[in-house]
Parts: sequence; C-alpha cells; structure tokens
Amino acid sequence: MATAGLHDSELGELQRRLIILRVGLLLVMALLGLQLWNLQIREGPRYRDLSENNRTRTVIMEPARGLIYDRNGVLLANNVPSFTLYVSLEDVKDRELLITQLSSILGLEEELVRKKLTARGNKQLPRKVKDRLTLREATLVESHRLDLPGVMVQVESQRNYPGGVTASHLLGYVGEVSPDQLEKPEFADLHQGSIVGQYGVEKFFDRLVRGQAGQKSIEVDAVGHEKRTVVVEEPHSGDNLYLTIDSRLQKVAETLLGDETGAIVALDPRTGDVLAMASRPGFDPNILSRELTSKQWAEIVQDEGRPLNNRASQGQYPPGSVFKVMMAAAALETNTVTPSTTIHCNGGYQFGRRLYHDWKAGGHGSVDLRRALVQSCDVYFYTVGQRMGIEAMASYAHQFGLGEETGIELPSERIGIVPSEAWKRKAKNEPWLPGETISASIGQGYVNVTPLQMASLIGTVANNGVTYRPRLVQAVMDRATGELKQRLAVSSRTLKLKPGTLPLIKEALAGVVQEGTATRAKSALVTIAGKTGTAQMTALRTGPEKDIPKKFRDHAWFVAFAPVDAPTIAVAVLGEHMGHGGSAAAPLAKELIETYVKLNIAAPPNAKDDAVSQARDGGEQGAR
Amino acid sequence: MIDRVFMSRGVDNFDFRFIGLIFAILGIGVLSIYSVTHDQGVAFPFYAKQLMWIGIGTVAFLVMWLSDYHRIARLAYPAYAVILILLAVVLFEGRSSRGAQRWIPIGPFAFQPSEFAKLILILTLAHYYSQAPRHGWLQRVVLPGLLVLPGLLLILKQPDLGSGLSFLAVYAAMLLMVGMRSKAVGVILLFSLMLFPFAWEMMWGSLHDYQRQRIMTFVDPVYDTGGKGYHALQSRIAIGAGELTGKGLYGGTQSQLKFLPEGHTDFVFSVFAEEWGFLGVMVLLLLFVGLIWLGLEIVARAKDQLGALLAIGILCMLCFCVVINIGMTAGMFPIVGIPLPLMSYGGSATVMTMASLGLLLNIKRRRLSFF
Repeated sequence: MATAGLHDSELGELQRRLIILRVGLLLVMALLGLQLWNLQIREGPRYRDLSENNRTRTVIMEPARGLIYDRNGVLLANNVPSFTLYVSLEDVKDRELLITQLSSILGLEEELVRKKLTARGNKQLPRKVKDRLTLREATLVESHRLDLPGVMVQVESQRNYPGGVTASHLLGYVGEVSPDQLEKPEFADLHQGSIVGQYGVEKFFDRLVRGQAGQKSIEVDAVGHEKRTVVVEEPHSGDNLYLTIDSRLQKVAETLLGDETGAIVALDPRTGDVLAMASRPGFDPNILSRELTSKQWAEIVQDEGRPLNNRASQGQYPPGSVFKVMMAAAALETNTVTPSTTIHCNGGYQFGRRLYHDWKAGGHGSVDLRRALVQSCDVYFYTVGQRMGIEAMASYAHQFGLGEETGIELPSERIGIVPSEAWKRKAKNEPWLPGETISASIGQGYVNVTPLQMASLIGTVANNGVTYRPRLVQAVMDRATGELKQRLAVSSRTLKLKPGTLPLIKEALAGVVQEGTATRAKSALVTIAGKTGTAQMTALRTGPEKDIPKKFRDHAWFVAFAPVDAPTIAVAVLGEHMGHGGSAAAPLAKELIETYVKLNIAAPPNAKDDAVSQARDGGEQGAR
Repeated sequence: MIDRVFMSRGVDNFDFRFIGLIFAILGIGVLSIYSVTHDQGVAFPFYAKQLMWIGIGTVAFLVMWLSDYHRIARLAYPAYAVILILLAVVLFEGRSSRGAQRWIPIGPFAFQPSEFAKLILILTLAHYYSQAPRHGWLQRVVLPGLLVLPGLLLILKQPDLGSGLSFLAVYAAMLLMVGMRSKAVGVILLFSLMLFPFAWEMMWGSLHDYQRQRIMTFVDPVYDTGGKGYHALQSRIAIGAGELTGKGLYGGTQSQLKFLPEGHTDFVFSVFAEEWGFLGVMVLLLLFVGLIWLGLEIVARAKDQLGALLAIGILCMLCFCVVINIGMTAGMFPIVGIPLPLMSYGGSATVMTMASLGLLLNIKRRRLSFF
C-alpha cells in the first residue's frame, strides 16, 4: 500500500481534472446532437425524398388500344400479348456494357440501343428498348437478369391486324410517338415509347382508341429487384370503334383491283357510310406497326408504287368524262342549254387555231344533253363549257364538292383542283387562257379530283342533291362504362337545283349503262347507273392501246350508283393506267355492286344492330 | 462487521442504474439488428447470434466485476505479450474480409484480437503508471509510447484503422489525465506539429486504397453515389429520412432494402435513426451520456490511481468509439470502421465492451472479491 500512498496526490489531481472530461463529454455529445438535428429535422424532408427515390421505381403500364370492328362486328384490329423490354436508367451501373450486352442478346444495332437509352426525357421513367420480343429473347434476358441491372421484361398488349393488308389504308397502323410529336400539346400526357396511331383511323381517332396509360410504383432493393408493388394506377383501355365498312365488300374491292394500281370507294349515299375503301398497292400494318430500321423505311418510302399513299382520299387525278355529270347539271342550271338543245358533233371542235378532238373519230352527230352523257360526247361539252365560262364551271364544281374536303375522318385528305382564273393567278401566276376552259369542260387540263370526291359526287346525284359527309365510324364504345355511342350521319350540303335537273341526269346515267359507254356494267341482278371517264395521260397517242407502255396509258374511271330507283350504294372506281373507263373500270364497279346486293339479301340491313351488340359481347376476349 | 462486509459487497442503487443502462443499450442494439436481419432466412440469424454474444459478454461482465482489479492489472504485461502474439498471428493466419485481415477463425466463429487489445492496452498503461511514480517526459510519455507502438503497428498493418485510432485515443487520454506538467504538454504539441507532415505521409502511404477512398469521399460524398461515397451518403440519407419520429420498426427502407450496407454492424446507428427518428436518437444519446457519466462518478470515487486510470481508459475508449461511430454515420468524420459499442453486431467487440464495463463497476466495489 506504500506505493499507493505515494500516488495519492496524483490521484487527487487526476480527479480534479475530471471536469475536463465531463465538459468534453457534454460538448461532444451536444455537437453530435446538433448534427443529428441538422440531418433529421432541418434537412429531414430532403433526405426522406432521397430515400423514396432510392426505393421506388415507376413502371408505365401501357393501355390496351381500343378494338376496331367492321359494321358487322368482324374484328379488324385487336391486341395480342407480347414481351417488351424496358431499361430503368436509375439502376444501370455501366451503360456502355449494357448496350453491348443488349444489342448482342436482341440482335440490335448498338447505335439504336444507345439512342433509346440516351434520348431526352424523364430519367425516372423506364426506357422502352424493344417490343415484340421473341420468347427466346425474353427467356434469354430473364435468365441473365442478375447481369443486366435495370432491365425489365414486361408483358404488354401489342397491336395486331388479323386481316393483314385488308383495309390497310383505312385502318392505318401504330407506332412509337416520335420526338416531334411529343412536343405537341395533344401528345402531352405521353412519354417516349408510347404507342400512337400513325396513319388512317388509328391516327384520326387516336385520342379515343389510345386509352390512358397507368403507372405502377414498385419498391426495389439496392440491386434493383422488384420487392413489392406500392401503388397501382390501372391503365384504361381505349374505346372500341365500329366502322361503317363491310369487310366482305372491302375484300372484294381489293381483290377486284388485284395487282393493279388504283382505288375503289363505295358509299351509302343515304348516310355517307363508307362501305368499302380500297387502295392498291397496300401494306401490311402488322409490319409497319413494328419498329422498322431506317433501311426498311427507305424501302417502303421509295417504293415506286407508293403503297403508303391512300389513293382513295389522297390520290388526285383528272376526272375525265366523269366531270360531265357535274357539267350537265351546271349547263342546265346556268341555262346554257335546255334538255332539248342539240349540238352537232363532227368529231372535233375548232377553237382559234386548234382543233379539239372528240374521243370518237367522226363524231356523234347531233346530240342533246341526254345523248351527250350516254355517248360521252366531248364536242357537246366543249361547246357548253365554252358558252358557260370557267367561273360558272368552277362554281358548280365546288357545289358538287370538288376542290373541297369531303370531311372524311382520315388524316391528310387531299382536295384536288378546281381551276379558275383566280386559282391560276395564285398557283401559277399566269393569266387564264381561253383554250383551258375547253379542256376543263371534259375534266382534263388542270382539273384534279380524288376517287372519294367522285364517289361523293355520284352519291349526291343518287341521293337527289343531298350530300352526306363520308362516315367511317358508326359507333364508339366506351370501354370503361360499356356505353355504346352511335355517331349520327351528317348531311353536309344540299344542292339547290331545278327540280328537273337531277332526274334527267340520273336517267341519262342509267342510259350510259343500258346503251352507252358502260354497257359492260349492265347487271342482271340490279339496275345500275353510271358514268365512264378516261383521264388522258398524253395527247400523243398513236396506235392501239396495248402497244402503249403501261405508264403512258390512261387512267380508267367509272362512277356508279344502284339500284337506279332507290340508290343504296354509290361507287367510284379508279384504275391507274388501266385504259378506258368503260372497259377497264366499269366491270369492277358492276362486280362490287352485285356483291353488295347479294350480301344484303343474305343479311338484311336491320341485322346490323345485332351484329354490333354481338361484337360487344365477344370483344372483350380479343382485348387482352 | 459482518453487516458492513455485507453492505459493502451488496449491490446498490448505483449498480442497478449502471447495469440497467448497459442492457437498455444492448436491447436497442439487438432490436435494430433484428430489424435489418429478421428476414435473413437462416437458422442462426445475426440477432440470435448477438443474443448469444451478450450471454457470453454477461459472463465476462460478472467475472470482471466480481474479481479484484488489482489482480487483473497484475496480469497486464503477460496479457499484452499474448495479444501482441495473437495480432502477429492474425497477419499470417488470419481470415480476411474486404481487404483486411483481422480475424482468427475459431470453429464457426471468428475472434478479433484487436478488440481485446484495446482493453489490454488500458490495463497495461494503467498498470505502468500506477506501479511507481513516473517523472519527466521520458517516463511519462516516451516509455508508454514505446509500449503502445508495437500493438499499434500490428493493428495498422492488418489494416484496421478504427482500432488503431482507438489505440491512439486511449494513449492520449491516459497521457492527458495522468497529470502531465504544462511544459510537457507544450513539448508534445510542438513535436506533434513538427512531425505531423511526416506522420501524415507515413499514415497516408500505409493506408489501403479503400481507406484512402473512404477518407477522400468524406470530402464530397455526393460526388459518386454508386462508388466511393456510397456508404457515407446512404447512411446520411437513412438518418435524415428518419426525421422527428422515424419510420417505425421495419419501416426503414434504406436498411430494409439494403441501400445501407453493413446495417447490423458499423451502420447500426443509421438503422436505428431511420426507424426511430430524432426522438429515438436523443434517447439513445442520453443513455450513452448517462452510462459515461456514471463511469466518471466511478473515477471520482476511485480510491487509488490504478482504479482511476483504468476507469478513465475504459471511458475514453467507450466515448471515443461512440462519438466516432455516430459522427461517421452522420457524415461528420470519414468512414473508419469503428463499431458502435453495445449496439453493433460482433462477438469480440460485445464481449470486450461488456468485460470493460464489468471492470469499471469493479473499481467502484473495491473491498471483497469472489475470484
């Protein structure tokens, strides 16, 4: 204990120094407390946000697009489940490595994958890299999941067109929303990778058919694996569309055109319902709805047949003699002629120094209006046109819907050209030449129309002057409520003509088929009225038709309605470079009309409503 | 006489408070370990192992409490020699984990000599100072420094920066409290300042890459969230996200979803802070302050220099570990890998800490011993 005693003074001093430790302890603990106050109270909300970001990932749940049916409930566009590959950027550790891995697994170009991953946009939303993965690709990705942080394979519904090329221009196709589109307000609620309609009905009715995407917040762990679902906001499927077309008639129209280039439009003149709208060559929307490489795109766009062109509403052609239907009405209305006025045709019309030929060498002799239509006498209409003048002609052409939109619910409808002095000054900055009036009076020269306008025009005649706006969608079904909303037919225009004008023209058009230029459209099944047209491609024509190279041959027109007494169908047929309307186009119209009549005997129109409700019951299976 | 003996060896209110605080902190530790590892899906999860360590630690606590600390101190030099051998063995035979070789495998477990070395160092230094009066800076500073050096070097060689710093802290605390003359303090400070660049050079040069990175990222942890600053940032997010009241048990997404690494060991405080918030953290800090405060009472009541020095060494070590650990998880210090006493999972650390606290309480009851 002696040693201990020696240290007693030191022990005392040591115990006095304890105050240093006490103060030091409190000071250090206060500092810790202060730092914790800073972290948890002052900056707490910020760190809470950071921790939420750490753990949650947002996954887009793409909506199923609405289904598209024809007027009888036949499915034209549905959805099939398919695998889509997404990458959640937040979980990607080494982007370049991932690009290499993905491109080798999926067989994509590295540049393409890089573009998808580096595109501008919300970094918190997963990026769609590829859709329609094959089962093998999906399995491969899933089995390499641990080596591919941030990669997700999701099952989504993918657009499918069971009919393939059938009605392709009408239905259109879908595709990823483009960066340019994303800038526009109507696509504001979309994101990179969203599927939108890019053509046809899919595009025009996209807002209805698109549906609304849902979102799923999932909780992930530090490696990015899904642990549980936090919040689900279910997607809403798009609305179903019931089109006015009869897919059977549509197929017949497309078969009739076959490998030729051209368009066929069939309307119900009483409602404006588009019964068929064919354009050839066509495309397979199933292929176009996939992601195409720039090379595939170039092939389609540079195709000389321009398959992406909907010739029915976008093709513009000189109407040729079909124009005479409008001319006849204009001539009577402007009192240029009376039904009994006769004009002598000797096969040519001398104007100034130029002789305008009639299509029939030697001429038609003395013809009145009816006979001029039946025989399609050019000289009669040269004379009438010359007397009436281009301004009166243009005015009536507009009243018949030429140079105007028909208002069809398809994107990028063309309006053709109705020439006038004002038009020429504006378009070409040249004065109107008198000779141009003569060309215009038989639908040549600057006059340009679309097949749809022609169908609408002949439908207007058939319907005694009342034009209905061409209607493609007759009903829309709200998928959320199951409510079916009918869309009413809209009459857009009523011609104010003298009471005798249209009956006379209709009778003459019946004569065209009975005894005139379109006897090949004469049917044993139904009475047909119509008008042929041959749009000249070149004035330098020598020798027989078959010796002329195809691309220099004339366009063949035929417009028709049937039955003559109470028309239920109006048809316009255009065959590019198919030659004479009477020989090339008229038989196609006849065939189509006969098909329509047969179909409606087999299934009378009042069965229509049942078909819609049937489609509604069966539709849900197709939806998912 | 019998009565007085009974009274003196009796367990009084002070002991109850002291032991109560220890087990309160141990309980909080087990709860936090349970929270992060309860869904581990193994037969013997961490919280169960930790309970086992606490059991062994309790035995160590009782042994240290109920023996005579003078007799324990007499074993200090041989014990120090043994631990130096063990530290050397670790370097050659030890089990390594993440670039550090710190463990000697014993069956399914691993024994970490550097933890026990801390307690033995305290015993050794206290024994040295109390054996005879030490005069002059040679006896007071240099000789004990030479005692510390081999252990320190062996530990840094592993490398175990955390334990090495604890070693230095214990040495510094002892020096400060053993009553240096102000002149000696001045000389030490001067020398330290002069030697600092060289020491830094040596320190920095001997550090492993991961240690340098840890220190570097302390400067700017947001620089690279996926790499170097990951631990520091995730830990701060976890603590901060707890806000006032915390996310509740199992509610800590940072730890539950493994954004926070080492949630059951070095970062157990972050787990607790995320789940129990600022209020919980304050309670925990008060428990630690209370424990250390009671420990300082023991120093104040110590009857001899050995007891006082032992108690001070133990308290300084405890205090140092608590402050550095919480400070590093809260982003005040670099991540150095010091466990939080009584809370972090770990057999060696838990048993050693409990043994130290047993020894501390032993200093208060000084009459009779059962061992």
